[in-house]
Amino acid sequence: MELKTMKQEYTISLFTEDHIGILGQITIILTRRQINIDSFTASESAVKGVYLLTIVVKTTDEMIQKVARQMEKLIDVLKVFVHTDDQIIYQEIALFKVTTNGLMSGNVIDHIVRAHNAKILEVSPEYMVIEKTGHKTEIAELLNQLEPFGLLQFAKSGRVAITKQVKELNSYLKEMDEANRFKTEPTLN
Amino acid sequence: MHMKTETETGQAILQVNGQMHITGAEAILECLIEEGVDTIFGYPGGAIMPVYDKLMDYEDRLRHILTRHEQGAAHAAQAYAMVTGRPGICFATSGPGATNLVTGIANAFLDSVPVVFITAQVVSNLIGTDAFQETDIIGVSMPVTKWNCQIKKSQDIPEKIAKAFYIAKSGRPGPVLIDITKDAQLEKLNFKYKKCEYIRSYNPHIPIHTKAIESAAIMINHAERPLILAGHGVLISGAEDELREFAEKTGIPVASTLLGLSGFPSDHRLFTGMLGMHGNYGPNLLTNEADLIIAIGMRFDDRVTGNLKKYAKQATIIHIEIDEAEINKNVTVDVEINNDAKEALRYLIPLVNKNSFEKWIREFRICDKTEYEKVIKPETKPEKGELRMGEVVACVSELTKGEAIIVTDVGQNQMYAARYYKFTHPNSLVTSGGMGTMGFGLPAGIGAKIGRPDKPVITFVGDGGIQMTIQELGTILQYKVAVKIIVLNNNYLGMVRQWQNMFFDKRYASTELVNPDFVMISRAYGIPAKKVSKREDLSDSLEEMLNTDGPYLLEIVIEKEGNVFPMVEPGSSVSEIRLTY
Repeated sequence: MELKTMKQEYTISLFTEDHIGILGQITIILTRRQINIDSFTASESAVKGVYLLTIVVKTTDEMIQKVARQMEKLIDVLKVFVHTDDQIIYQEIALFKVTTNGLMSGNVIDHIVRAHNAKILEVSPEYMVIEKTGHKTEIAELLNQLEPFGLLQFAKSGRVAITKQVKELNSYLKEMDEANRFKTEPTLN
Repeated sequence: MHMKTETETGQAILQVNGQMHITGAEAILECLIEEGVDTIFGYPGGAIMPVYDKLMDYEDRLRHILTRHEQGAAHAAQAYAMVTGRPGICFATSGPGATNLVTGIANAFLDSVPVVFITAQVVSNLIGTDAFQETDIIGVSMPVTKWNCQIKKSQDIPEKIAKAFYIAKSGRPGPVLIDITKDAQLEKLNFKYKKCEYIRSYNPHIPIHTKAIESAAIMINHAERPLILAGHGVLISGAEDELREFAEKTGIPVASTLLGLSGFPSDHRLFTGMLGMHGNYGPNLLTNEADLIIAIGMRFDDRVTGNLKKYAKQATIIHIEIDEAEINKNVTVDVEINNDAKEALRYLIPLVNKNSFEKWIREFRICDKTEYEKVIKPETKPEKGELRMGEVVACVSELTKGEAIIVTDVGQNQMYAARYYKFTHPNSLVTSGGMGTMGFGLPAGIGAKIGRPDKPVITFVGDGGIQMTIQELGTILQYKVAVKIIVLNNNYLGMVRQWQNMFFDKRYASTELVNPDFVMISRAYGIPAKKVSKREDLSDSLEEMLNTDGPYLLEIVIEKEGNVFPMVEPGSSVSEIRLTY
């Protein structure tokens, strides 16, 4: 298949002002083009007052470029970056609630937790809560291993990502600022 | 320190430390005045009553045009903006008032026209309770506005309105909507207005892409069969002179999109006509022969490109476009110039060589000749049979010498008006392009005439379209709007019938109309009217219409089953354009 038409995973890092309705505007852009959101995380960014939305979608290279431009066009959006998995450091966090009985027999629990670099957060006579931070596939592996022991609950966060690029948001903001700040008011004709 | 001052209206307004202490409703009106507004189109209702009440005190500075439906107000405001170059203003109340605007908002959005919509909202503590006439217009209008916001505190009014104007006018213009709760309209604030000149997250002033323009210049200087595609962006950025200078210096022929019409004189030797589905033969056919396409302020709409897979594959494409999201959206281009059309052309002109392409232009003229014989002559100079839309428009064009502002509805009337009127002045065509909104013509004619009272304004509507907004005849009556209405009546929804004729085995499903007597309706509204059906009466009737002071409606009986040609059929390539069926 041609690279242009091949679907793959993209992480959108979208920096925005704190404006009510921005989530709606972003989802409209995606749903209108029938793009499903695999994961969505909102948080503060390193720049005060600027929020970072991390959105993971599966689509084609051509479509992701168009979508990114549509998002950047939104008035309250500061900057949109699109990355493939190799361009970012990313993590997801998962919490597992399992029956204590199932795991307590022998060294099974200790073995699984250590092997997966997971962490036990709480133990009670009925259940225990295990935390795992990692990639989706790693979390899925642990999920597979824990399931036979009686999984009571499972919850996973969206992706958070840090980009490997050298140029940070602040320098983009500065460039935009210089281009726009001291212009006279635009006129139509 | 408190003191009383007299305003221009003679009304006493309390000032606190040099700031006016006024209600939110007054603040809205003061903001409009600060932005140079003098005309508002709108319709009152419960939630917006505080604003309308204060409007009475501002009568000498703000003229309000009461339409007969909110959709009419929206279209009128858009047309006003298109002919004046200033944002149109439109008021509506909450709930149905606001939702009735939606077609008009979407229409302005697709055609990049700055309109500031102000809707009222129910009292803020009732929001979310499904209160009487409560609609989430912010949610509803989100996909069809450039920006929108809700105001619940009167103190936020000046800043948000300033922002709205800045966003509507700058960059690629578009409609914005501000939803203001009734309590915010009633609450007092210390008013101070400052125009918005900067928004951190929004950068409409794009630094000139010198490298890209320089490469474009090299390509232009080496091209053998170049073609300019001029869009609405030329008019919006006011680049008509630059486009002309660029075309004349390089000798490159110019084709125009529907909304780009009037951005380049129709009678210019380099003008090759309109692009697209019902555009001219030459520019469509030769798009697929050009070696270089210079697209300026246009977005390669599907009605322009036809089948994308067979569109200009042989050509190198340069795209000058202010909206980055439009570049590489439909057509992949070779040189991206993400700039304002006027600024880009100004930088480009000194870099290009003086040139001429007489041989290439001759190919367009050969096409023109073919089109004239096969289509234009039978359309504009028929000797027998019933009247045709083409001859009507051609006659209007001749009588007005291109000096009129032409407004259209949507469908066959629109395509004929665009094809056969000779546009000579910028912004002399007001039409619904992207959205194709039937019912646009009549209210848009009102807005255009109010915006340009010095110009004759002629609106072409079909018998279908006029009935979608026919109530606006009441607006014409009330404000004596001297718009001339030409109803091209074929007792059909002509364009849909044409498609049924061509693509649905002539099965005319729900396209035939049993119509009222338009002349009687018009006269009932106090608008002089006449019906004409004979060729020998056409010119005189049109002249009588043009010479009548005030509004006038002329119903012209048109042959029932006329089809617009040429046509690029859906799914066809522009080079497969048909002259006949």
